[in-house]
Amino acid sequence: MTAAVKVKGARRTGVDWFLLFLRVLLIGLIAIGLLAFIAQQIDPNNWFARLTHDGEAASRLSWPQFRGLIVTGLSQGAMYGLIALGYSMVYGVLGFINFAHGEVFMVGAFTGFIMSNKFDEAGWWDGPIFIPVILITILVSTLVATATAVIMERVAYRPLRGSPRLIPLITSIGVSFFIQNAVILLFGPGAKGYPPNPDWLEETIPVVGIEVKKLLVIVVAAISMAGLWYFVERTKTGKAMRAVAEDKEIASLMGIDVNKTIVTTFAVGGAMAGIAGILWGILFKSVIATTGFLPGIKAFTAAVVGGVGNLGGAMAGGVSLGSAEALAPLMLLEPLGVEGPSQLRDAVVFTLLILVLLVKPTGLFGERLSSEDRA
Amino acid sequence: MSERILDINNLSVTFGGLHALKDLNFHVDEGEIVGVIGPNGAGKTTFFNMISGMVTPSSGEILFEGESMIGLDPNQVTQRGISRTFQNVRLFANMTIVENVMVAQHCRTKKGIFSSLFNTPGFRKEEAEIRAHAEKVLGFFGTRLIGYRLEQPASVLSYANRRRLEIARAMATSPRLLLLDEPVAGMNPKESAELTDLIGKLRSEWGFTIVMIEHDMNVVRDVSDRVVCLDHGETLAQGSFEEVSNNPEVIEAYLGRPLEKRA
Amino acid sequence: MSTTTTDNDVFEPSPAESAMAAAPVQSSVDWNKVARFGGILALALVFISLSGMPVGLDKRTILYWINPGVYVNNPDGVGLTLGYLSLLIWPILLGWAVGNEVVLEGMQATKRGFSDLLAGFGVGALGGLGVFALTFLMGLDREMDPDSGALVYGVRDPLVNWNENLYVLLTFNRGWGFALWVWPLLAGVLALIGAGLRLLPDGIRKAVLAAVTAIVSVSIFQFLIDDVIEGVGETINDPGRLSNFFGDPDDGRPRVDSVFDGLIEFVYAQTGGLRLQGMILIGVVAAALSLAGSYVTRGRFKASRKAYFDKPLAQRTMSTSVLMFVTALALIILPFFTGKIANELFANVGIFLLLALGLNIVVGLAGILDLGYVAFFAVGGYTTAVLTSAGRGDEWPSWVPLFVTDDGEAVVGGWLIALVFVVIFAAITGLLIGAPVIRMRGDYLAIVTLGFGEIIRLLFLSDWLSGYFGGAQGITNIESADFGPLGTVSGINPRSVFYLVLFFSAIAIYVSWRLERSRLGRAWMAIREDESVAEAMGINTVNMKLMAFVVGAVLASFSGAIFSAKVGSIFPTSFLILVSIIILVVVIVGGMGNIMGVIVGSLVLIGVLGGPKQPGLLQEFSEYKLLIYGALLIWMMLKRPEGLVPNARRSRELHQDEFLQDAWLKGEVDTGDDGDVAVEVAPA
Repeated sequence: MTAAVKVKGARRTGVDWFLLFLRVLLIGLIAIGLLAFIAQQIDPNNWFARLTHDGEAASRLSWPQFRGLIVTGLSQGAMYGLIALGYSMVYGVLGFINFAHGEVFMVGAFTGFIMSNKFDEAGWWDGPIFIPVILITILVSTLVATATAVIMERVAYRPLRGSPRLIPLITSIGVSFFIQNAVILLFGPGAKGYPPNPDWLEETIPVVGIEVKKLLVIVVAAISMAGLWYFVERTKTGKAMRAVAEDKEIASLMGIDVNKTIVTTFAVGGAMAGIAGILWGILFKSVIATTGFLPGIKAFTAAVVGGVGNLGGAMAGGVSLGSAEALAPLMLLEPLGVEGPSQLRDAVVFTLLILVLLVKPTGLFGERLSSEDRA
Repeated sequence: MSERILDINNLSVTFGGLHALKDLNFHVDEGEIVGVIGPNGAGKTTFFNMISGMVTPSSGEILFEGESMIGLDPNQVTQRGISRTFQNVRLFANMTIVENVMVAQHCRTKKGIFSSLFNTPGFRKEEAEIRAHAEKVLGFFGTRLIGYRLEQPASVLSYANRRRLEIARAMATSPRLLLLDEPVAGMNPKESAELTDLIGKLRSEWGFTIVMIEHDMNVVRDVSDRVVCLDHGETLAQGSFEEVSNNPEVIEAYLGRPLEKRA
Repeated sequence: MSTTTTDNDVFEPSPAESAMAAAPVQSSVDWNKVARFGGILALALVFISLSGMPVGLDKRTILYWINPGVYVNNPDGVGLTLGYLSLLIWPILLGWAVGNEVVLEGMQATKRGFSDLLAGFGVGALGGLGVFALTFLMGLDREMDPDSGALVYGVRDPLVNWNENLYVLLTFNRGWGFALWVWPLLAGVLALIGAGLRLLPDGIRKAVLAAVTAIVSVSIFQFLIDDVIEGVGETINDPGRLSNFFGDPDDGRPRVDSVFDGLIEFVYAQTGGLRLQGMILIGVVAAALSLAGSYVTRGRFKASRKAYFDKPLAQRTMSTSVLMFVTALALIILPFFTGKIANELFANVGIFLLLALGLNIVVGLAGILDLGYVAFFAVGGYTTAVLTSAGRGDEWPSWVPLFVTDDGEAVVGGWLIALVFVVIFAAITGLLIGAPVIRMRGDYLAIVTLGFGEIIRLLFLSDWLSGYFGGAQGITNIESADFGPLGTVSGINPRSVFYLVLFFSAIAIYVSWRLERSRLGRAWMAIREDESVAEAMGINTVNMKLMAFVVGAVLASFSGAIFSAKVGSIFPTSFLILVSIIILVVVIVGGMGNIMGVIVGSLVLIGVLGGPKQPGLLQEFSEYKLLIYGALLIWMMLKRPEGLVPNARRSRELHQDEFLQDAWLKGEVDTGDDGDVAVEVAPA
């Protein structure tokens, strides 16, 4: 009832000043880093570069390197976007962060690992029938991931509907912990390798300089995203989902089966995460039980960057986050003289999350939340 | 006529294109009881939210005792002496009744972390004062909220008593201006008559100035010095109860346009 | 409860139960439910088998004299091992859970009866069939490798525990044909026992449960019990030992015979586990005590405990201080009698207790879900390390003090001075992390604090700052905390660490206890209940929440400082997000917002299962503890979100409806009738 639309007025408290300082500091650092990057692209031996690199000249980033970073960023971002869709949809419908969504992604990647190795043993993976084989792998992984998400909802979240909002979040932390460690116990703690991709996947397309597998990732992600968009915007189930997101009670009065719709939401989100899992396996060729954690958090960040509850935003957030993660170490941190900048890639992501929440908490494309969460 | 305590000039607020309040002018004099009436959706609660700092107006000024309230956080507004109740009673349901009232004295007390840790004499004295004040405030409502009830959680209270407790909580912040949002909603005639009586005493015995949103015209008539009617975020009429209640525009806002006048 | 004791009073049947005893309610087997529970049991058993728990825990014997078949890790030995127990406990639990009692809105729809036994057996049998199915599949997959003669499994590739050990354990080394009839039968009977427990009179059931719990705990805690009893016994034989306890434990006198050696040998077998005689002794004692509790004291003890908890907080102070004094005394005395390993365990529990107490202020009192809490632990640890280690990074300017003498010895009181800096830095970090997040919605705040926790660890890990914090190599050679005449606290003397940690835990407990009962505590509670109303009632929510954040940060940094001095070296891997989550589990399992709960939580979880890297009493569990933590967290949230030791207020929050229902039954709910209230208004 009491809409707490708090627009900051003229008077600031100490905390406000500090936040302002923080915003200015972060944005300033980004600006300086970018300027320094541009400067060192023009002249690697400029005074600022010498200052930040202990008197030595900085190294220039070549165009193929730069292009490589962007493509890497885009392909990773596409995966983050796919995972982010699940976060976004669940947040839109149930209003809580499904912390365990990253594990659904990991389960997808793990299923892919098992399938691909079994296919490889049969000699089908690297053969002429790679395309149908990978389609089957994607299908099975997606099904397993979907089943994981649905079981998760049924066992852990459904009984908690209507409890204080931190309770399902804490539960989802437990679910995440449980799935992660169950996988470690069942399949062992080590990293699991995917079989080598067929050669043509590893090649680079001559003119544009994009690796085929990265292109594949981007294309598959785009197709899935388009399919999801069609599902949510054009089908009856999708309409039901949007209605439930708006107001569960009214939706159920309108004859919508809320439980079924929520399960569908989890299932669709899980399917997207499953596809992302396979793409991860093809891209990085290795999966480990903790694989789900960081991409999960990053995908959540992507969802926030794009605006929680906003599907297009989730994808855009994923792509911008992936690019930022790939580019920022070399374009911001290295020019500022940070040693080993790529170690801080994850820190860049978290900083971005904090920055977005400080500057524009509703995300780049605005939030779409159910009425009870807007307050 | 005594001093102006609250002065609101040209106040407007928009929620994404919707004018919740438009160029509102309003004032309250010290010691007055002002009733705010108006049909649902007239902007009455938004008006309260704005005075209490929960919503920042798009334009206009709010002067409380000559000082601008724009941009203050709700807690700073309360600190300056404006306290409120909520239309949909919002108690701290799992805190005890006495704690609900004690916590409201937060901004009037000051003992910090170190005196709490070392349980200094000053701290104990302050705690005793907080408690005594809380019991005094609760005692204002008869025996309902004191005695064995003190240590019970607020969630066991009946609806009427929750309203009373909410008023007690607002009183405990020691305000000069008390904003009551539909204080008798959900009460039976006997209870609302009693509360009307108490609202009068809030002024005569506790010295609060009161602005009250109310739909129950009996209450508004019995207790208000002046009545303001809002509709669509604008002041429709103000004056004594009789003046406002006989104002044709007010009647129209409440009951709709009489049939023969519809063109 | 009336003071006249009838049998009913002793057993305290719920009001619904006695009211409904005569009502005609049906009693039949709900086969759907049986199938559902049986399926769950089968899945659970298969999952546990494949997780490796039965084989991994097979090393630990619980009952020495029972021979269920094979003893994988020690084919000569016999006994009910923890491994088998990890499987066999589930039929009992699910058999109990399937009990046919359905209570709807206080009305019993169906009653307990012998159909429960049938249902229980059905559930167990289905579960047993699940195990059989597993063994059957394993049997099909099992092949003799022609070259080496070893048994190999095709599916072993992804499933690491799909191996001969598991097959042997599950089939009792008699092939899957044996499993076909033995598992359904065994699990069925166990589930039947579980279901049967419901049919026993309450007093008897309590006695049986007490006996079983006692037998299992005495067996599982063999190490600790042995250690304490031996220690006490030795001290009785040789009181001179006590004089040496503040000194270096390595100079300790050799262990002498203890007067209790005979008792230990009577109860425990040489290779671990209880002997038959020991089991009978312990079972009988526990059952007798339980029966005595029910029949002899006639609930008086329970009544007095209830009376204590029913008293308002203010009036409890006297009894509380007596209790606390006794507990403190016991804790101070205990380490005198225990050996190094037990003391190490106590010290670890203490370090996590301190962390959990701090997090309890943040999460339990103020309701801020901080998932990056480990950051403050790290700041405490690294600050201490930088100030008291000669091995710190070499890029520190010379004006940053170093409390190490030129000979590389610890400076007397250096740790304490470092602690001042620790507090300052922790508070600053708390403000820096807190300020940006404090206005965020609760769930965003959780993820962002998690991000901060990770950023801080990544910074400590990075090459960029390795000149200061050593990167992945961390900081080594941290000096022990030298308190001059009071002694030195270092990792080689866990007893000293325990006392230090006890001291700081006492501070933390005192701080939580005082704050909860102050103006600040009330403000935190109000914020937790409804933040915007709290703000409208004049509470500066931003400042109050920041204060909670900082108090929590400082307590965590104490823990970090002690950790640093104890371990002597510090690495970024000690500060994973995992730590935050484990502390959160401790707080939640114990009971959010409740000091006693947090203490119980740390003892049970850290003490028994172990911390993120620190082993607990059940060292064999180290592989499985994280899984158990996760499962516990889910289970607690679903079934008992208020924790093991609930805070009255928290349980009200979480069970609002039930609470109101109870209050209504007791006639405490205010129905709004003014009949008994004088309408006259008290003069102001």
